[in-house]
Formats: sequence, structure tokens, C-alpha cells
Amino acid sequence: MTDILYKVAKTVREAASLMAAAKGKGRILAGGTDLLVQMKAGMVAPGTIIDVKKIPEMVSITETKGSYRIGAATPAAVIGEHKKLKKAWPGVVEAINLIGSTQVQGRASAGGNLCNASPAADSVPALVAAGAIVTIQGPKTRRTVPVEKFTSGPGKTTLKAGEIVVSLTLPARPKASGDAYLRLIPRTEMDIAVVGVGVSLTMKGDTCVSARVGLGAVAPTVLLVEAAAKALTGSKLDATALDAAANACSAACRPIDDKRGTIRYRTKIAGVLLRRATAIAADRARGISKQGH
Amino acid sequence: MSNPPTNNPKYKWIGTRPDRPDGADKVTGRARFAADFNLAGQLIGKVLRSPHAHARIKSIDTSKAEALAGVKAVVTSRDFPEQPDVIVPAGEMQVNLRDVTRNIMAREKVLYEGHAVAAVAATNEAIAKQALALIKVNYEVLPHVIDVAAAMKPNAPLLHEHLMTEGAKPAAARPSNIAKRIEFAKGDTAAGFAKADVVIERDYTTQAVHQGYIEPHATLASASEDGQVQIWSTTQGHFQVRGFCARLLNMETSQIRVTPSEIGGGFGGKTVVYLEPLAVRLSQKSGKPVKMTMSRDDVFRASGPAPGADVHVKIGAMKDGRIVAAECTVAMQAGAFPGSPVGPACMCSYACYDIDNVFIVGYDVVSNRPKVAAYRAPGAPISSFAVESTIDLLAQQLKMDPIDLRLKNAAAKGTKTAYGVTFGTIGMVETLEAAKNSPHYKTPVKPGFARGVAAGFWFNVGADSSAAAHVGEDGTVTVISGNPDIGGSRASLALMAAEELGIDYDKIRPVIADTASIGFNFVTGGSRVTFATGLAVVNSVRDLIRDLKGRAAKTWGVDPEGVIWENGMAKPAGSNVGTFEPLTIAQLAATAGKTGGPINGHAQLNVTGAGPGFGVHICDLAVDADTGIVTVGRYTAAQDVGTAIHPSYVEGQLQGGAVQGIGWALNEEYIYNAQGRLANPGFLDYRIPVASDLPMIETVLVEVPNPTHPYGVRGVGEVPIIPPLAAVANAVARSTGIRMYDLPLSPPKLSAALDAARPLMAAE
Ligand SMILES: Cc1cc2nc3c(=O)[nH]c(=O)nc-3n(C[C@H](O)[C@H](O)[C@H](O)COP(=O)(O)OP(=O)(O)OC[C@H]3O[C@@H](n4cnc5c(N)ncnc54)[C@H](O)[C@@H]3O)c2cc1C
Repeated sequence: MTDILYKVAKTVREAASLMAAAKGKGRILAGGTDLLVQMKAGMVAPGTIIDVKKIPEMVSITETKGSYRIGAATPAAVIGEHKKLKKAWPGVVEAINLIGSTQVQGRASAGGNLCNASPAADSVPALVAAGAIVTIQGPKTRRTVPVEKFTSGPGKTTLKAGEIVVSLTLPARPKASGDAYLRLIPRTEMDIAVVGVGVSLTMKGDTCVSARVGLGAVAPTVLLVEAAAKALTGSKLDATALDAAANACSAACRPIDDKRGTIRYRTKIAGVLLRRATAIAADRARGISKQGH
Repeated sequence: MSNPPTNNPKYKWIGTRPDRPDGADKVTGRARFAADFNLAGQLIGKVLRSPHAHARIKSIDTSKAEALAGVKAVVTSRDFPEQPDVIVPAGEMQVNLRDVTRNIMAREKVLYEGHAVAAVAATNEAIAKQALALIKVNYEVLPHVIDVAAAMKPNAPLLHEHLMTEGAKPAAARPSNIAKRIEFAKGDTAAGFAKADVVIERDYTTQAVHQGYIEPHATLASASEDGQVQIWSTTQGHFQVRGFCARLLNMETSQIRVTPSEIGGGFGGKTVVYLEPLAVRLSQKSGKPVKMTMSRDDVFRASGPAPGADVHVKIGAMKDGRIVAAECTVAMQAGAFPGSPVGPACMCSYACYDIDNVFIVGYDVVSNRPKVAAYRAPGAPISSFAVESTIDLLAQQLKMDPIDLRLKNAAAKGTKTAYGVTFGTIGMVETLEAAKNSPHYKTPVKPGFARGVAAGFWFNVGADSSAAAHVGEDGTVTVISGNPDIGGSRASLALMAAEELGIDYDKIRPVIADTASIGFNFVTGGSRVTFATGLAVVNSVRDLIRDLKGRAAKTWGVDPEGVIWENGMAKPAGSNVGTFEPLTIAQLAATAGKTGGPINGHAQLNVTGAGPGFGVHICDLAVDADTGIVTVGRYTAAQDVGTAIHPSYVEGQLQGGAVQGIGWALNEEYIYNAQGRLANPGFLDYRIPVASDLPMIETVLVEVPNPTHPYGVRGVGEVPIIPPLAAVANAVARSTGIRMYDLPLSPPKLSAALDAARPLMAAE
């Protein structure tokens, strides 16, 4: 049997040095809801496991002038109970709260969801729509990267040797903004997104003055769909604008035909969910509160 | 829930809802399932499985694995004797021993991905896995065939080079993948169709589905130096495990003792053996106990499933709804070896109805899939989906209420079925009427929703059961039977014993004995336990009461005929016997030593007279036209249940069956890739419904007692999985205007059908 070294890091710097010292055989343990499952299935065999749940910066949520910094390992349940964050970014919070079940929520983190780099990760399209910034700590330096640039393919991130994700930062919001995340799963729970769409909007009266759209499970990485955002921006979210944005989402899809859905279906649903998520985000921006799917 | 919690007015205990005897241990985690059994010094056994759907095994080299430190035994087909070409029962299915030994360990060929080719036992799991990787199998990969229609083609790859179609007309000249052709005929369908006002003819397909029990197969076997073997296993029939192991290993049954664990679901899938003979052989070779467990992946690839099938249906009716002719052809997957449940599928297809002219043909077809196993009412949900969908089309065409149409054709006492049996007292009409009068059916369909209805029939079985009842020295009673309890049967057996004995339910402890501690019992299957083993328990308690009365007679110095048993006490039959204070069971137990020793009763019998059951289900659902997602809003299962001994567990059977049937209709399916490998061997991509998917399933228990049972029991466990497939499809058809002929009605498929129909509908 192979031995595994288990280390608890007390600081971000320490975690990064431990990662560097593990020479490619290190794995960060946040909630472990991906990592432990993958270890059991024999998909990964880490030499060192570095637990980051004891690092305050990585398990807390702080607000500075309307901008929120979410520690990468903060459990989803803690995020769901943060009233102000939920009010500011209901779409991001609902996306994170869709992960797994109540039990899984007690462990699973947004950082883990992002670093696992599944194209179907639920929180990521919402984070992309929100314009979240990822803070990364290396053995020596910190850097930041927009969330949509973080992953490079299924299971692949742009982290370099010894780097870890510290936190996710959501920008301060203008008034009359709203976001929403919808995913399609064949069941109501405990399933993996066939398509996921995150939309974030700012309205001025009836006009959408800015928009971002994130699209998941239809390409090797979660996509920022600028063409859809462009179609919405400056419009009154009328049928023409929604058609154009839905078509842009469908056009952005580069899905695969597999047991989880056909190319035809995924492409179509990307458009359907864009319309529905936009409607919810717009209502939220106008102060009409509505629950997602 | 729609059924009142009140007792059955005829009885004191029957019809009440006490906690099940196994409940506390199950909710606290104390109950022991198969993988919880361990012995000192045990080895871990692992199976090497075929990566190919179809291949000839040219050679197997196990020498490197045997040489690995920590490996204590390796087995291949060489370690299992060849078996004769004889058919033996396995639960509700029939299996050929020659095939069974090939299914547990491939011989000449591997016939499906996941087929076992070798097994090892090692000191731990990691070494066992390492050893598997060291076994070298030289395969000659052969072309494979997965689907029934393709497997039936003349030029299809042959699984068994010598398989000639049994029952073919004319006799088969050449081997094929069609193992058998069967036929059931009644009247003259040509004449019937000729006079019919309406004839509807359609083709349907269903996919293979897994029983989806939560507990994977697991076993622990220990062979002693003197030849005795003990087995602990999760099974629906430990006597069958004993019987199969004895045959497959050339042993005597008395040398094998099998203890069943608590069982985490079976649904028919645990009536056959996979791991047990391997674990025994590994234990014999290594001299150590061997524990084996399947992963979920193994369970999907190599156990179960239930078959998929192609079904053709043709129904002819008069304008008033009377069905005058009906035909059905079922071509069913058997998996890698002959023996699909195509027989019951054919027999059940029209059994709900009284039709003069019926013609049914079935084909049993092998293909490169795991050998199918029983799954609740084997075969019936499949033919019923096709027939009940077509009857719904008929109702739509004749603009008749779907329940009224079925009432017009309902089977009743005296109806002769196409397979030859004439029904006795049955409850089809009563069940249809109960469904029609249910709160659900009387409530108008909610806007956005549509309603589907379907019916179903199952035989239920009796067969062999043994039971015993022992009185302890304090007068409490142990009721001993030999059927693993998968649906609350211990509670029902104890309730019947309490009713007979006139003592409290909690003074009775029902236990399930191992194969050496009670006489033979046929499997827990065929909805037989509460009925047949229930009868054995009732008879064993009656034997016990006879003994108790004898003890009282001895105590009082009177004739045994002078004693009656009432309310748990022996009493003089009349004043002529003399005046004696009644003797309670506790008093008789206390003096048993003086009146003849231990007080026990026992019974063993072959039970006949199982009462068939009928179900009618009502499903309200909405279809999201953009996504094809189906939301079930309300669902009711009505069924004639004989007498509900423990109503909660009867309702549980109806609800569980309905949920499994809804899953079968909506999302469950085996998906194969181009290489013939299963693409979804896990619960993430093989989608059984989760709790949040469905509303509480409402139940209507229609009590039409079975006259052959002292308490009127009918089997209830299988009927409820039959109607849901068509109830869901019929509701989808009425919701969308589109009839779906191929299961499952998964969102991508339904969405594609809706999109394809949209321009057509717009044009109309
Ligand atoms: C039953 C169940 C249901 C699920 N349902 C869903 C669902 O509905 N939607 C969904 O998207 N996912 C789902 N998942 C997957 C999983 O729960 C999520 O991806 C979750 O967000 C992972 O978070 P975690 O903290 O548990 O990650 P971990 O398992 O701890 O980590 C995941 C990966 O990221 C790495 N990692 C973690 N944190 C960092 C860091 N700070 N820096 C660098 N690398 C890091 C780890 O080394 C590991 O490789 C489910 C999982 C289970 C078991």
C-alpha cells in the first residue's frame, strides 16, 4: 500500500510551500467531496494531502465597500447563510447551494468546485457571469485571474506548480443589478448539469445597461458568452434581444453527444435556460424577488 | 394517505400497523447487511472481469498473480466442474445449470463486458487488485451484438454456436440467437379483426433496466478442512444459494450452511448466485475465509438487469369499446444466456381483460449483455406498457373514459385467459371501480397537467415453505421461518401468529433461520412470503396450539378434545368437561417440563392457490415543452391486495413499485457504446428517481380476500411495478398530443419528439 502524507496548513503561505514541496504529488483538501470520491475510485493517488480548512482567510467571507471576498474553502452551507452576500449575489449563492445535498453542502466549497475543473461545475457559470476574480497564492507571490480564464480543459487548471487558490472576489454592484443561475438536470437533485447558465444584469429603468453570461457543461470549459451579453446590453430584454442572446448561447456550444445529453439537446437548452435565467435576473434587478429552478 | 389507520374489523391484530421487528436495528445502523460480516483471518476476494462484449478466451495465465506475496488462491473456470444441460428454477425464472456455471465464470468465451474470467483471494484488497492486474488473458475479440432486433437477424454474430430455436415453426435449420419461440392462442383473431370497427396496431420498445437495490452483492464463505462450508450472503433465497453452490461445486447440500444477512433490496435480482460459488472455491483452495463484495460498477455490469424488448401490439374493438381481437409479439432480451421472462410477459399482456380472440408470440433472444435476472413481476411491465398504451389510443379514438373502456373489458371470475387458466375470485373490476371513485380521479386535472391511466396483472406464487413456532419458558413465542425479509414480512408473519394465538404482537419474535435450522423454503419472490410462508406460519401456530391444548388437557386430566384455545388461553370446551380456571400460555410454559417437555409447533407445505392481483394507476403530470422534463404532480396506485395484514407495508409495496415503474418510464436505461460496453454503470448516469422527484404516492387498498388463504392474503409486491410505464406514457400523450412508443421518456428524447412534431401541429 502507498502511504499518504496528511498535512494541515495554518497559513496560505505554508499551504503553498507544502504544495511546492510535494513536487506535483500534492493535493489541496477543501471539502473533499470531489477529492475523496476520486481517490476511492482510483482516479487520483496523491502523495501529500494539504488540508486548508484551518486557514482563516480561506474559510471566511469579508465585505469591503460592496465587494465580497469568499475564502476558497468556505463551505457552501456557510455561504448560503450569509444574508448580505445572498442579497447582493443571489445567483452566485443559489449556484453554490445547488451543489449536492444538505450533507455535501456542509463540506463542499466554491474553490473546490472551481479547482476540480469540471465543465459542469455548478458554481462556475454564475461566478463567470458575476465577473469573479480568483486570487492565487504561489510559493512566493500572489496573482489574480478572471474566473473564466482559470480552467483550461476538463480537470485542468492554469495553476502552476505550488500554486493554490485563496479566494474568489465578487465586484461591488451598481444599483438595480441582479443575477441568476439555472441548470438543467433530468432529475430534481443529485445530478450533474446537462447545461448551466449564469446571467448577471444591471438595469436602468427598462433598459439593460450591462450584462454578463456564463455557460457551463457545453464545452471543455465554462464559457463567458460575450455575444449573448452584447445582445442583451442596451436592449429592453424584448423578444428580439432574447432571441439573439439565446441563439448566441446555442452558437457558443461545443458539446459532446453522450449519455447525459445529445448535442442537439444541449444546444437547444442553452438557449432555453438563457431566456429563463435572464428573466429571473431582470426581476431581481428590478427588485422583484424570485426563486430560481 | 388515503387509507384509514383503523384495524380490520374482523380481527384484533391483522390490519394494525405496529413497528416492524427489524426496524430499530435498521434505523440505528445495528442491522447487519452482508458486507458487515467478517471472520478472523479472512481474505479479500476480487473478480477479474472481461473488458470485451464478446471474445474467445484463448488462454489465461495466472502464474504471476499466484506468485505475488499475499495471494492465497486464484480460480478460473477450470476450478468449477462442467454442468449438465438441465433447467432448474431460480426464483421466478428458469436457469440452465450449464449456463449458470458459465455465467459465474466464463469458459470458452466471454459473452458480455463484465463477465467474470478469474478470481483471486489475497490478504488485503490492494494485493487482490494488484493480482488481478497480473493475470494475463489472451482474448480473440469477436463481433458483438447488443440489440434484440439486430441479434435476431440471420447474419448476426452468434453467441452460442449450437443454439437452435426451441419451438420454432418449422423447426430451426440453423443456429441463431433466438433461443425459444412461444405461443399462446385463444379463439380466432383473424375473424375478430374482420368484425372490429376499429383496429390499432403499434410497435414499442423498452430498454434494459436494473433492479437498483442499494446493497451490492456481498458474501463471506468459510470452508473447513472436513468439507463443511458456511456462507453469509445477501440473498432472497439462502436455500437457493445452498442448492446452487452444491450443484456448481459438486457438494452435498447438508455440507453447506447458508445464513442470510439483512437485505438491502433485491427486487428479484438476488435470486441467483454470482459471488458465492467463487468465494467457496477460493476458501477451499486457500484454507481461509474469503469475503467478496461487488462495487456498484460490478453490480451494473455483471448482475441483474431486467430485459428490454421490442413489442408489437394489434387490438381490434367495436364502437362501444368491446375488444374483440388482440395480438402481441414480444421479442425480449435474455442477456448472454437463454432465459428471459418472455413467458410471463406474454401471459400477462392481456390477462386484465376478457377477450375472445387472442394470439401472443414471444421470442427469447440472447445478445452480448449480462444475463437478465428477475425484477418484480418479470416481463409483465414490458408487455403491459405496449398493451396499455394501445388501449389508451383506443380510448382516445373512441372518446371513452379510459377506466370505463377497461371496465367494459375487465376480466372477472370465470374469465379464461389466453394462457389457459380460468380465473377464480379476482378483483379487477373492484380495482377499476376503486380507482374511478378515488379522490384523485374525482378531482379535475390541474391546469397544465394531464392524466394517464393504466392497469396491470400478476399471477403471484405459492410454492414450498417451512415454519416453526417455539414457546419459551416464560410463554413468549419465537416464530421461525426461512425467507429473507425484504418488504416487512416478519411483521406480517408475527401479526398472523398473534391473531392465531390470541397473544400480543410484541410477545412474538419472528426470526429468519439459516438453512440448517429450518426446513426448505423457496425464495422470497413471486410475492409469496406473506401468502405462502404466512400459511406455513399459521399452520405451525395451529400445531403449537394443538400441543398447548394437549398440555392443558394433561394438567386437568381431561381429553384433548375437551379443551379450546381462546384469547391466548386454554379453556374447557364446555361445562361438561369440568370447571377449570383457564391456563395462559405463560402458565402452560412454566409447567411444560411436567406435561411433555418443550412446546413447539411446525409446518411444511407446498402452497398452491396463490391469488392473482390487479392494479390500476392514475398519473397526473406536466411536460415542460421547452426542455422535455416531466413533472409528476399526483399519483395514485389502486390494487386488490387480498387482506392487508400490515397496511403500512402493503402501501409501501405499492408506493415502491410505482416509483420503480415511474423511473423505468422516465429515465432508467442501460446505455451501450459502440464497443458494447456499458456507458452508465453508476447511479449518477443510471437515473433512478430521487425522493424530491415525486409526490407522495397515494394508495387505494382494495381488499378482495383470497379464498384459499385463512386470512385472505394475496401477494402484493409485484403488481405495482406493472402499470406505471403506460400510466406515465399515456399521461405524456394526453399532455403533449404526442404518443411516445420508446422508453424511457428522457428529456432529450421527449424534447426532440416535441420539436419534430411542432411544425406538423402548426400545419394542422
Ligand atoms: C453526492 C455528491 C453530489 C454532488 N453534486 C454536485 C452538484 O450538484 N454540482 C456540482 O457542481 N458538483 C457536485 N458535486 C461535486 C463536488 O461536491 C463539488 O465540485 C464541490 O464544490 C467540491 O468542493 P470541495 O471543497 O469538496 O472540493 P475538494 O474535493 O476538496 O477539492 C476538489 C479538487 O480541487 C482541489 N482544490 C480544492 N481547493 C483548492 C484550492 N483552494 N486550491 C487548489 N486546489 C484546490 C482539490 O485538490 C481537488 O482536486 C457533488 C459531489 C458529490 C459527492
